[in-house]
Amino acid sequence: MSLQVKTMAEWLAEGASPEILFWVGSAGSFDDRAKKITRSFVKIMHKANVQFGVLGVEESASGDIAKRAGNEFLFQMQALMNIEILNSYQVKRIVTTCPHDFNTIKNEYSGLGGNYDVLHHTQFIYELIHNKRLVLSGNLKGTKITYHDPCYLGRGNGVFNTPRKLLKIIGLDLIEMKRSKERSLCCGAGGAQMFKEPEKGSKDINILRTEEALRTNVDLIATGCPFCNTMLTDGVKNLNEGAADVVDIAEIIVKSEKL
Amino acid sequence: MFSTSSLIFFILLSSSIFLFYRNINKIIRNINLGKSDQNFPNKKERWKRVFFIAFGQSKMFKKPLVALLHLIVYVGFVIINIEVVEIIIDGLFGTHRVLSFLGPFYDFLIATFEILAFLVLIACVIFLIRRNMLRIKRFSSPEMKGWPKSDANLILIFEILLMSAFLFMDAADLILQDKLPNYYHSVGSFPISSLIAPILLDLSTSSLIFVERFCWWFHIIGILCFLNYLVISKHLHILLAFPNVYYSNLNPKGQFKNMDSVTKEVKMMLDPNADPFAQTDDNSNPEMFGAKDARDLTWVQLLNAYSCTECGRCSSECPANMTGKKLSPRKIMMDVRDRIEELGKGVDKNGPKFSDNKTLLSDFISPEELWACTSCNACVEACPLSIDPLSIIMDLRRYSVMEESSAPSELNTVFSNIENNGAPWQFSASDRLNWKDDE
Repeated sequence: MSLQVKTMAEWLAEGASPEILFWVGSAGSFDDRAKKITRSFVKIMHKANVQFGVLGVEESASGDIAKRAGNEFLFQMQALMNIEILNSYQVKRIVTTCPHDFNTIKNEYSGLGGNYDVLHHTQFIYELIHNKRLVLSGNLKGTKITYHDPCYLGRGNGVFNTPRKLLKIIGLDLIEMKRSKERSLCCGAGGAQMFKEPEKGSKDINILRTEEALRTNVDLIATGCPFCNTMLTDGVKNLNEGAADVVDIAEIIVKSEKL
Repeated sequence: MFSTSSLIFFILLSSSIFLFYRNINKIIRNINLGKSDQNFPNKKERWKRVFFIAFGQSKMFKKPLVALLHLIVYVGFVIINIEVVEIIIDGLFGTHRVLSFLGPFYDFLIATFEILAFLVLIACVIFLIRRNMLRIKRFSSPEMKGWPKSDANLILIFEILLMSAFLFMDAADLILQDKLPNYYHSVGSFPISSLIAPILLDLSTSSLIFVERFCWWFHIIGILCFLNYLVISKHLHILLAFPNVYYSNLNPKGQFKNMDSVTKEVKMMLDPNADPFAQTDDNSNPEMFGAKDARDLTWVQLLNAYSCTECGRCSSECPANMTGKKLSPRKIMMDVRDRIEELGKGVDKNGPKFSDNKTLLSDFISPEELWACTSCNACVEACPLSIDPLSIIMDLRRYSVMEESSAPSELNTVFSNIENNGAPWQFSASDRLNWKDDE
């Protein structure tokens, strides 16, 4: 099924502008697992009648990976290119499903001439519910779930509670891991680790984190980051395939609301 | 006018204060070998943090029991040092317990000192046991072998000896107040030393005087030694914690600094009208990107290194360290301090242009450590003093990538993918919207 998605160029051609720009991000655009998260979030925005636009082929990597890998040149090239495009569409608000792009665009673009109100999708969904634009029926009551804090959303930007509030609204039974919130353990993907072999050690980080998640004996492991999702999905496959599903909060909502 | 002992005391006091002054200035000079840093706006928030994080030790209380013991040692040490004022006056002018004219308040002070001294002593004994017998992982990491381990134990033994001397001095004084009331006036309240006194009861008056004087001298000389020991010890945090917290990063932890030097160059590259051969406005040497040695770091990063007390909370929260990788954020901080000390000594000998053939990157910190970091900020979050090992790791990576092109090969592939396709993977930019038609 093809989803109705309008690009900013199409909005401009109609002489209109959307209320928010959905920054899809490289993972959300190309990674098979992350694309499902992207599509889920779009379905939620449709359900709430959100007028949103995407950059489509005009979007390019935010530069987060380049920056954390030490390539400040490449980061700033990407940033300045993206800022030029965002500013040419006079974008004011941005929502993204990727905490890395959320952090980079929100905190690091501002010093380079890109000032936007940037939201993580869990924050935006929460806002939609708060403004009564989205009503959730809470079909998954009683399902046991744990939530893994993405570093760049939680520790990096202090967003701990909004994703948890969403899980409670859906009626899920949230069981915290021993390490959570400020003390949450990284999934192992950040700082460009996603794209390289780990250094020699006794264990892979994603395995350690998945062990911690499985120890809570839940049905679902929720997160809000495409990279965490990949790392934990791999972890579950490695440790005990089928023991729990790793899902994004947007996907849980799509499931509970049968969107 | 001065007696011999006053003279000796004066010489000891002034020479150790002079020595301390000289050495702390050397440390300040070393810190200033680093590069300048941004401005430090938002004074109010900074002082608030000094009050809560440095003075109130709020971040220590994530481990409540250890925090309580640490607080006792800290409060004890600060308050008992009020006693040093009296010791200094007595020492210089040959008086005995000069502050006793305060009357009941003096009794209260002495009683407080004694109780605190006893609690400090107990806390330090527990710390010694914890550090050496309980096999706590962060105390036995590879970087804690040798001097760092001895340093930690020496500090605790120092404190135990100082507190014991203080209590035995009081105990002897208490008995002497009975035996020689003309000189040892009946002053003070001795809740702890009165319990020690029975041990000394059989001693002759002259032996008691010897014990009292010995403990008095031992206590004050000990404190003066300890003061000068600080400059070579991890214990320096008792002083530097305060400025370190003041100058710590107030931005969201996820936000990494943008390099202005790079912005200049990138803007020129993206500007079609720019003259590629244009001279930069200043004729200085082209700036080096990132850091390869301790001097390439900012002075705040160097202050961080001198403030580190090697507690290892950062490393025990580090996902790379937890999973057996070589990276240890604590070691990064220790390496930076060792290296800037080494450079400082070189500068003393050979002048400001000093260089040996060593660098922080590779001679102290290996690429293997550098590239194991996930930039998750757990170390920064864990540090009770708001030290930021991650910013140092990032600056070393920047040098490796932008000056040496020595990133792990997979990352070079990622870089060229981002350059060519606008994504870390090898997908065509024109396929960016294909997700809407999938499933």
